This record gives sequence, C-alpha cells and structure tokens, in this order.
Amino acid sequence: MSEPIFSREYLKRRSFIELSARDRAKCLFDSQTGRELAGPFDRIESPWLPLQNIVPQADDGCVVMKGIIGGQQAVVIAIAGAFQGGSIGEVSGAKFSSALDLACLDNEKGVRTNAVLLLETGGVRLQEANLGLAAVAEIISSIISLRKFAPVISVTAGTVGCFGGMALAAGVSSYVVMTREARLGLNGPEVIEQESGLEEFDASDRSLVWSITGGRQRYNQGLADVLVDDDAEQIAQTVRHFIARGIPTVHRSEQVDRYRSRVAALDTSRQWSPEELYAWANHKRKEQP
Amino acid sequence: MTEPAQPVTNERQRRQSDEFSGTRGRTWFKALTGRDSAMPGDPQSVLAADVFVGQKQVRLLCVVPDLNGRFPCARHGQVGLEEAYTLAARIREVTEADREREKRPIVAIVDVKSQAYGRREETGGIHLAAAAASDAYVSARLTGHPIVALIVGHAVSGGFLTHGYQANRLLALDDDGVLIHAMHKEAAARVTRRTVPQLDELAQTVTPLSYNVRDYAKLGLLHKLLHVSDPGSPTAEDIELVWAEVIGAIQDAMVRPRDLRNRIESEGARTTRKASRLVRARLMEQWNR
Amino acid sequence: MEQFEFSYPARRKVPKRSHVGVVGSGDLEVLLEPLEGSTASVCVRTSAGGFQKIWKAVLDRFFSRYDGAARVEINDAGATPGVVLLRLEQAVEASEK
Repeated sequence: MSEPIFSREYLKRRSFIELSARDRAKCLFDSQTGRELAGPFDRIESPWLPLQNIVPQADDGCVVMKGIIGGQQAVVIAIAGAFQGGSIGEVSGAKFSSALDLACLDNEKGVRTNAVLLLETGGVRLQEANLGLAAVAEIISSIISLRKFAPVISVTAGTVGCFGGMALAAGVSSYVVMTREARLGLNGPEVIEQESGLEEFDASDRSLVWSITGGRQRYNQGLADVLVDDDAEQIAQTVRHFIARGIPTVHRSEQVDRYRSRVAALDTSRQWSPEELYAWANHKRKEQP
Repeated sequence: MTEPAQPVTNERQRRQSDEFSGTRGRTWFKALTGRDSAMPGDPQSVLAADVFVGQKQVRLLCVVPDLNGRFPCARHGQVGLEEAYTLAARIREVTEADREREKRPIVAIVDVKSQAYGRREETGGIHLAAAAASDAYVSARLTGHPIVALIVGHAVSGGFLTHGYQANRLLALDDDGVLIHAMHKEAAARVTRRTVPQLDELAQTVTPLSYNVRDYAKLGLLHKLLHVSDPGSPTAEDIELVWAEVIGAIQDAMVRPRDLRNRIESEGARTTRKASRLVRARLMEQWNR
Repeated sequence: MEQFEFSYPARRKVPKRSHVGVVGSGDLEVLLEPLEGSTASVCVRTSAGGFQKIWKAVLDRFFSRYDGAARVEINDAGATPGVVLLRLEQAVEASEK
C-alpha cells in the first residue's frame, strides 16, 4: 500500500495564505472580537490612482482591525498582497501609521495594546512615489514608538513576501514570523538583476531566490524568530504566544555591534552560500529543512 | 516588478557615471565641518565628525562613494550593509554618550543615490542593516536629539529611509541636482510600465510622482528649501547661510513634538496630504466606538 | 480605466451591506449597499477597456434574477464574466445573511 500524498495533518490545515487580508486579520482575534476600522464602506480610496487611470480599491489594500488577542487589546494591520502588489500608498500608509499611533496613545494611557502586522508587500507604491516613501518612513517611526510599550509582531506568509521599505518595518518589529513560502528582503530579485546584472543575481532562478530571502533561510540565519506552516490556527497561536511573551529585552535592530561585527568578518571577495550565515542566529534554532 | 531583465550594462554604466554620483555629499560635509574623513575603524564611505557651533557640539554624518569599498555593489554612494551599520553605530554612540546630559543635535547630510542592490547585501540581510540605521535615528529623535537632514544631492528610496528620512526637520537645496524620490526615473518608468516622457507628463498633475524638488516641497514634508548660489561648490556665504538654517531647524525641532506629526500638520500637507489627514481623523473617530 | 453606470428595477429591501473580493489581476471587488426606493444602481470601474457591451450583458443577466434595491459598486481588474457573476452572487449572499 502506498503512502497518502497528503498527510491527515496537512489536509486538516486551513491555509492562511489563501485567505483575504480581511479574513487573515479576523482569524487572529479571540472569538470574533475583531472590529474593522476605516473599512471599505468608509471609501477612503487612493486619490492618486484614478488620476493615472488605475482602478482603486475601496480600502486601498489595507485592513485595520481592533479587538482582543490572547486576552489583551490588539490592533491588526493587514496588507492585501493582491492589490497593486501590496504596495504602500498614501491612504494605506496613513491607515498603517495612524493605527499604530492610536495604539501607542492607548498604551500611554495605561491600556496595553499590542500590534500585529501582516506584511504581504512589495514596498512603496511607485504610482504614489514620494507619498508612499514618506508613509513608510512614518510607519517605521510609529512602530519604534509603539514597541516601547507592547510587542509589534510582523507576519509574512505568502509568496508576495515583504520587500522594499516595508522590510525595514519588519526589521524594527519585536518579532518576525515567516512561513517557508514567504520571503523577506530589501530588494526584489528582479530589481537586483536589473540594477547589478545577471551575474550578480539571476532572478529567474527561483531556488536561488528562496535560498537567500526565503523564510527558512531567514529563520536559520536568525533574522526571523519562528518558522510556521501555512496554517491559520498555528499562526494565530504563534501571535498569541508572542503577545504573552511581551517586549523582548533587546530588539533585533538595536543590536548594532553584534551585526556590524558579523558583516565586518565576511569575506566580500566572493558570494556566500546562505548556510555560511546560519551561525548568525542567536536563538536556539532547530535547523529547518 | 516582474518583467524580464532588459539590457543592463547601459543603465549601469550611465548610473555609475551619474553626474552627481555622491560628490556633493562630500563637498558639503567638508564645507560644513572642515573635515573630510571617516572616524577610526569606519569604512571610508561614511564621513562623521563632531563640530562646535557656538557652545554646542553637533554630530554630522554623510554617506559618500568609495571606489575601493569592500562591497562591489555599494561603491558609488549607495547605502549598503557597512554604511547602514556604521551610521547606526555612530548615532547610538551619541545617544549613549549623551544619556545623562544635553542631547547633541545630529545632522545627516544626504546625497544617497539608493540602497545597494546586490546578492551579498540580500544574503547578509541588508533590510536589517537599514532597519538598524533607521531605528538609531528614530530612537535618537524620540529621546530628544534634534535631527536635521540636509539634502544636497540625491535622496532616493531605501537609501533615504536609512539615512535622513527619520529627521525631525528636512532641509533641501533648491536646485536641479537635488532629487528626492522612491526610485530613479528610468527604473520607476519600467516598473510602472510607462515611458519616461509619460512619467514626466503624469508628474505635472500627480505631484508625488514629480522628480522636481520644488514639487516635493509642495507635499508638506519639507521644512524649507534653501537657496544657495553654488550648490556644487558652496561659497563662504552659502556655507554661512546653510549653517544658519541648520541651526534654525535644530532650534525649531527642540521645541516641537518628537514624532513626525509636523509632516502631516504642515501647510503643504493640508492641501496635498488631505487623504492622509482624512484617514487619521476617521480612525480616531472609530477607534473607541 | 473605464467607468459605466447602469440601473435596474428592484422590488425589495436588502437586509444589509456586504463587501467581497479584491482588485487584483483577474479579480474584482464588489460593494453592495441597501438603497431606498425601487431601483438597483450599478457603477463599474474597470481596468480593461472596450468591454462595455459585455458588462451590460453580464449585469442584465444578473439583474434578471436579482431584485434587491441596492447600490452596487464594482472595482474590476480584468475579471472574466464568470468571475464577475461569482463575486456578485457572493456579495448578495453575504448581504442576505
């Protein structure tokens, strides 16, 4: 008798990646407590896309939801990777940073409010160029203000990945959660190939691409805190776990000397195999196949 | 960002012989500090100096090209792994040293053509390096260090997010050699599937797309445009004027909130960032409903 | 981007508003809101040019069976008629719950 192709466990899973941004956000809250703010019926669309003959989306591809996670107040901000590549425009960016700022105000008033960022994004929306870039700067600033009070957890699950300026947003988060399907990096492979040549990066080589920026590599290298399956319940559990754990003693992006000395020790005369950087990890890492 | 790679060499050659190519950063750093070198142990691509302005010490930082740099994709004024971690280290050095005393102002002289586009950079987690520099700037700002960015050349994309965009106050020279944007024109045109003339035409009505610094000034993000007689080779009067404006911006930053709210409350933002302001108001209204 | 308006007779109230879909390649979003009176009005914004007749045919077909008084807004990123009908049905289903 042959083995079944899919294990029972696998079939029981509910894919997180296949959910819409709204449903991803919703499934993280305790018993349906998630309430959407500035939703599609508020109709705050991008004012810039129609001027360029581009169809806008009623929520500009950003869902903000507030409620209870693991018994504590939380705000979830979810980017829809399917709309304009999950790019950050003026409206989606303003939703993002304003929600973080309101969470920060609540914390200042003594109401502990955590934040979860569902980052499926290529970064700045080039059709809104300078206002997108400005919004990303504001998002980074707002995350850093908030994480003094409560953890900011970023989750990247789908194949859009988290790139461009929003990779900095993940970088300054308290915890980074990834799946094997996800990627995290500053520059997308196509852009590197375009700017620095095929010999530098072959964007069509998918295994190369994932071996460098994929979730497994980022976890083994210590740039992600946990590697999860594409399973909505497992991801919700992971989020509750980090909310319960609270603020880390030191954030990854504050560990300048540690990472600077690692970069200084690299031999830059050649490219490195991703495995060479596994030693960077500081967490007790179960090596992930 | 999914189209196949097109002729690469021409663009690379053009980019590398770029008219300004980071020389302005060095020029202005030298003009304002009288110095022209990196601090001990730092790569030659990051200039740092402390100067006295009256009774007050000010730290200035600038990223410049270094044709002999260790990282091949970061030799022409891009912000790479070393540059980002060096900036972070030199800022954190200031915040540590001033923990119990008056907070030293930090001035970022900005002429960065972009972040570094390379495979070594992605493998080594350049997104975290950029996040660390951003984090250092934001943390310094939030603890009360007045931060001013003086844009004398290019301020593009991840390079600008890493170096300068987190300042309390942004100053820019009113000059065609100043370029503030999310991506260089040719690349932005390609990614958005437009020709450069089409992009130029759109930019006339869609302000955030414009590559002109005077249009950027309309977005409400900039504190001031500075008019100097020779941006490429400043005269004594130019230097005096710029120092006066930098000091003015430092003093202004010291008496205002430490977050970035000035960028959404400014005169320009009231007309250009209406959508951002609407989003913020709507979220506040619905937050506790 | 092209924009069209259509309207159809309606006979009953719609219980509540609903939203489905995403403006992603080959997909669309539908916003459906109850309207006072006896018409359904539809606004379509689509990225694909030159399909006004097809939109009319698809919507005629849909509203031959649907009689809710509603304002329907469609933001389309090049969906096929099959996907359009599916999303409209999902929106209606969600609005009746």
